[in-house]
Amino acid sequence: MSWLQKLLPPKIKRGNGTSKKTVPEGLWSKCPSCEAVLYRTDLEKNQEVCPKCGFHNRIGARARLNLILDPDGRFEIGAEVTPLDPLKFKDQKRYLDRLKASQAETGETDALVVMQGSIKTVPVVAAAFEFRFQGGSMGSVVGERFVRGVNNCIEHGLPFICFSASGGARMQEGLFSLMQVAKTSAALTALSRARLPFISVLTDPTMGGVSASFAMLGDIIIAEPGALIGFAGPRVIEQTVRETLPEGFQRAEFLLEHGAVDMIVDRREMRDRLVTLLTALMRRPTSS
Amino acid sequence: MKTSFLDFEQPIAELEAKIEELRYVQDDSAVDISEEIERLTAKSQALTKDIYAKLNAWQIAQVSRHPQRPYALDYIHGMFTDFEELHGDRAFADDPAIIGGLARFEGQPVMVIGHQKGRDTKEKIYRNFGMPRPEGYRKALRLYRLAEKFQLPIITLIDTPGAYPGIGAEERGQSEAIARNLYVMAELKVPIIGIIIGEGGSGGALALGVVDHLMMLQYSTYSVISPEGCASILWKSADKAPEAAESLAITASRLKTLGLVDRVIAEPVGGAHRNPELMMQTLRRALRDELQMLMAKSTQNLLEARYDRLMSYGKFKEAPAR
Repeated sequence: MSWLQKLLPPKIKRGNGTSKKTVPEGLWSKCPSCEAVLYRTDLEKNQEVCPKCGFHNRIGARARLNLILDPDGRFEIGAEVTPLDPLKFKDQKRYLDRLKASQAETGETDALVVMQGSIKTVPVVAAAFEFRFQGGSMGSVVGERFVRGVNNCIEHGLPFICFSASGGARMQEGLFSLMQVAKTSAALTALSRARLPFISVLTDPTMGGVSASFAMLGDIIIAEPGALIGFAGPRVIEQTVRETLPEGFQRAEFLLEHGAVDMIVDRREMRDRLVTLLTALMRRPTSS
Repeated sequence: MKTSFLDFEQPIAELEAKIEELRYVQDDSAVDISEEIERLTAKSQALTKDIYAKLNAWQIAQVSRHPQRPYALDYIHGMFTDFEELHGDRAFADDPAIIGGLARFEGQPVMVIGHQKGRDTKEKIYRNFGMPRPEGYRKALRLYRLAEKFQLPIITLIDTPGAYPGIGAEERGQSEAIARNLYVMAELKVPIIGIIIGEGGSGGALALGVVDHLMMLQYSTYSVISPEGCASILWKSADKAPEAAESLAITASRLKTLGLVDRVIAEPVGGAHRNPELMMQTLRRALRDELQMLMAKSTQNLLEARYDRLMSYGKFKEAPAR
């Protein structure tokens, strides 16, 4: 062995096979829509929206709340509530194992994060789904955290905002999940009686039991561009009706056209637009 | 009408065929075989009882979908009088998969609303196999509000495979239509009783399912997703539906244990379709009790109890406050 080989770290020693594909991890990113190669930092500066084509990449719950809420004076609601396995559900994997895997992967205990805080000094409670946690599915914990968020609003006279990103109800909790669809919808009746606004923001994707409950019950419903929104999944529909679905079917723009949402808002403008809407609904002076 | 038999009922089917055969030859037989027929009939009944005593979740799902099972209109005509069907959502169409109207239950005027499946092929298509479209939910919503206005208790008969996954249904806001019903039912100022008579399929069922008292017939099911749908997602194969049915806890008895259903109504031996009159007799008694109980409550108590009930749904761990 020559002195040079002795000096080289083991990775490089292994030769050409591995060294070829070592593109620096995380420095570049390719837009899944327009395929433009982007600097990671550029993408981050644009809130994970492609600066070239405007494609909205999915973002996690905490990243979302970081983008929306002022940095100071936040606290989390409902973190004390964590999941159980009431049915001892087992398919090819045990539900408990699936939960553990999701918890390890995301650092979250379940698929919804709720925080009290403010947007440009306007106090709010905001909830955001973590889609990477079991597809953002709604089980008992998601339902309970949602309700605690709503109750906190009623107690303190605050508006409620929810960013949905979910495949629907969580099958592994069986009928308990379906009941969360009813529970979250019912909680909004109390918020309404207190005359506090609920703004529902639909992000990619908002499907099934989440779309068929609170997500479609916003006083104002906002969608992010290109988000897939609907009740039944496109594949299920295709199998049922046995025809190809129209272009753009169940996308945010399709929903706007069919009168299902109030507006489509670019993520980079979301904070400003939310403040404009909230201050009007709360009859507060415009935030400067 | 000839009973049609499910797969797991084949032993009963064979026995019944034999009895039928004996009855046929009885007339021209020299020896008296009536005793033998009687013996076999008793045996068939015992066998039915036996088989039905240990049905698994998947078999119960089959019974809940039995082609001869009584449907909503059968119950309406069997248990109510003066039914006047009301049609349409006043916006788009009338959905034949959900029916509703004014009726009397033992003299008491009520609003009765239910999913309706079809009996023969033509009617099945007309009723869209009991799978509602948005206008169905919106018709139900209109009838809920009508009932509230005139202070009529509401009785819903739930029996649907689920919401219809169609293009038009999505275009016309299927999600919103279901969600709106849940929201409105949560604060509707009249008693609502729900009875799952067959399949309680997910969101389509829930849109008639936010109630003060939920009954399930013994061999009905209630589930967040069909066993087939669940199996094809989690097991990657619809053939695993029996396993999924077990895991999902869709049967009346399990849901009663889990506290998600208030009352299980016993069915006649071999299921409601074998003796619809007896089924309705049992159900009528239960309905009478519950209706009386709920109508005695003040509106405020009724709504508070309904809200508390909705908020109590869910099982989770809770760490003590820090």
